[in-house]
Amino acid sequence: MAEKKKKSITTSLIGVAIGFLNGIFGSGGGMVAVPFLKASGLEAKKAHATSIAVIFFLSIFSLWLYMGKTQLQFTEWIYYIPGGVAGGILGAWLLPRIPQKLLRRIFGALIIFSAVRLLMR
Amino acid sequence: MNWTEILLTTLTAFLAGTISSMGMGGGGILLLYLTAFAGVAQLKAQTINLIFFMPIAVIALIMHTKNKLVNWKVVLWVTLFGYLGVFLGYQAAVFVGEDMLRKLFAVFLLLIGVKELFFKDKSEKKEPVKIHPAPEGEENLEKIHQEENGLD
Repeated sequence: MAEKKKKSITTSLIGVAIGFLNGIFGSGGGMVAVPFLKASGLEAKKAHATSIAVIFFLSIFSLWLYMGKTQLQFTEWIYYIPGGVAGGILGAWLLPRIPQKLLRRIFGALIIFSAVRLLMR
Repeated sequence: MNWTEILLTTLTAFLAGTISSMGMGGGGILLLYLTAFAGVAQLKAQTINLIFFMPIAVIALIMHTKNKLVNWKVVLWVTLFGYLGVFLGYQAAVFVGEDMLRKLFAVFLLLIGVKELFFKDKSEKKEPVKIHPAPEGEENLEKIHQEENGLD
């Protein structure tokens, strides 16, 4: 029972942390949600897939908040959608087929690359 | 927008979309492109990034749910508390300002990346040895139920 309660509290705190990152960065939630979800006991592929669902629902709220702060024209974002959707289909197809170890290595390398680029700006 | 820009935009979006739908943080890639190459301000870039993620997430979720990869019980619990976090995070973003926001994001990415690349993951050791190979994309239902119950 105590174990169950402890797990519920941990999951709640993880939720607040993922939400905080989604709110502050408007991104990065997935990168954070995956390690958190894995730590809570989900295997890698399920953690990746589950994180998308979590981030999706949180992003709706974040977007609503951000839209109140920024003025955005339709032409400023529409060009990214077709390529993104095509890539989205490929990624969803790839996830169950790619080895977990490789998934972690690609994930880690991509994040470090992104971080160094951001810091060098 | 000229043809070169459209091609570059589409390729970046394709890469970011692929990585996003694998739950690997494709948002970081699009954000980098928007801020470093397209010259979009940080907060605006984050807004575009959020819009960009919506259709990809819907497609990915349909496919991942079909493959039984989404644990909806965890989603419900984490999301519920996540909303409080989103509100606090957004207030923090507005408070710290664009420049500091970018630096904070970079440092955070570094920490996660180093952890993923250089630290061993317990779940890797638990990767199941398949005795009876299941059809592609299908998971063992019993195992999923055990996991869901375990995450109560």
